[in-house]
Amino acid sequence: MKKVIMGNHALSYGAMLSRSQVIAAYPITPQTQVVELLSEMCADGTLNAKFIKVESEHSAMAACIGASIAGARTFTATSSQGLALMHEMLHWASGGRLPVVMGNINRSMAPGWSIWTDQNDSLSERDTGWMQYYCASNQEVLDTVIQAFKVSEKLAIPSMVVLDAFALSHTYEVVDIPVQAKVDAYLPPFKPPFRLTPDDPHAFGGLTGPEHYFELRYKLQKDMEKAPALIEETGREYEKMFGRYLGLVDAYRCEDAEITLVTSGTAGYTAHVAVDEMRKSGLKVGNLRMKVFRPFPFDKIRDILKKAKKVAVVDRNISYGYHGIFAQEVKAALLGHARVPVFSFIAGLGGRDITPASFREVVDYTVARPEPDEEIAWIGVKK
Amino acid sequence: MPKKKDVKKIVFQSAEEMPTMPMSLGSMLYNKTGSWRNIRPEIKLEDCIQCGICWKFCPDMSIEIENEWPVVNYDYCKGCGICAAECPTKCIIMVEERK
Repeated sequence: MKKVIMGNHALSYGAMLSRSQVIAAYPITPQTQVVELLSEMCADGTLNAKFIKVESEHSAMAACIGASIAGARTFTATSSQGLALMHEMLHWASGGRLPVVMGNINRSMAPGWSIWTDQNDSLSERDTGWMQYYCASNQEVLDTVIQAFKVSEKLAIPSMVVLDAFALSHTYEVVDIPVQAKVDAYLPPFKPPFRLTPDDPHAFGGLTGPEHYFELRYKLQKDMEKAPALIEETGREYEKMFGRYLGLVDAYRCEDAEITLVTSGTAGYTAHVAVDEMRKSGLKVGNLRMKVFRPFPFDKIRDILKKAKKVAVVDRNISYGYHGIFAQEVKAALLGHARVPVFSFIAGLGGRDITPASFREVVDYTVARPEPDEEIAWIGVKK
Repeated sequence: MPKKKDVKKIVFQSAEEMPTMPMSLGSMLYNKTGSWRNIRPEIKLEDCIQCGICWKFCPDMSIEIENEWPVVNYDYCKGCGICAAECPTKCIIMVEERK
């Protein structure tokens, strides 16, 4: 069934179709309509889940961890400062190997207070051991939630499904909402390998000395390394059943591109439009939209970008004192694999629009220089 | 409860044989936190009304109920005093440890 829904509700429908059993959330700012709709679904019986209303995002994630270790399929959603407040508990979810799935609306971090988009909130959680998917349409948001549960539960690693504030979260698009029976066939019920139950008492998360801690983290990384192949496999399976492929990257006209843009989120779709326009004027430009950021898709990135003469990474985020975060990671991934100049662009912080003209500016800048002559090139800032 | 010296520490020899989750690695059999205690709770059972509040409030699960009466597990009790503070009949008294 096709429906016109906002990105927030695409997350809600994804969580509903995945048959989430426990949803814990803090209902006030910076929360969005994601959990509002889910609470209504729980109240009217559309979704058979326990909705736990808590007093902070830290408690929301703590409740999700408790529910997950008891064996429930668990979902929550948050944004910006709320995600930051969860920080400690994010480590508990990943270190505890609990496949919680969370929607995060990419809102800029305060101060100044902002409800507009950039990626510094989720990228600040880069090293917490969560998988991160960056979506570019409401359809992709819904589909990715379902896929994320499947991947997370296979690997016992939590997932964050990330979408741009306003540009997706509050923007309405046509979304194909799959039939429940088909989603059930794709995503079977959650069967945890271990769970806490009074019938078989265990201690969870107790003191772990140097003789064991290292191996627990080694196993987390080893399982994370299995994720890229699994994401592609489950993405192809999704395509077979629902007609939409969910992969690691979305490479658009990259095959013969001389300048390849690297983008993420909704700016990645805007870049598709910009690429078409620039191609018409004879510029050989391509766009590599990164869908999955953790695990980092090394092979895909290397295969696609080594064909380019120049790479222009457009980041809607910044690591202060360094570069855009995608740019620094792309550079590191290419080192020793391809000698291609990588330009670092920062654009659209705090929800300033990134338009096709922004990408034209990026490409003009890149064309004009054989290699970067400054660490960061700023697009659209009033200098 | 076995004494610290009597407990054999569980040491897994490879990542493969370890659980995926940080679960039941046996460290608390070995790590007797009772030795951290400076003051110990003592329960005057003649004033105890068996309400179970001390059992419920103990953050380290160091009060056990045996035959309906509370018993302190001194292997793990850290002497925080929450049980004494919460006891409605004040029958739990914190006494200084002497070594």
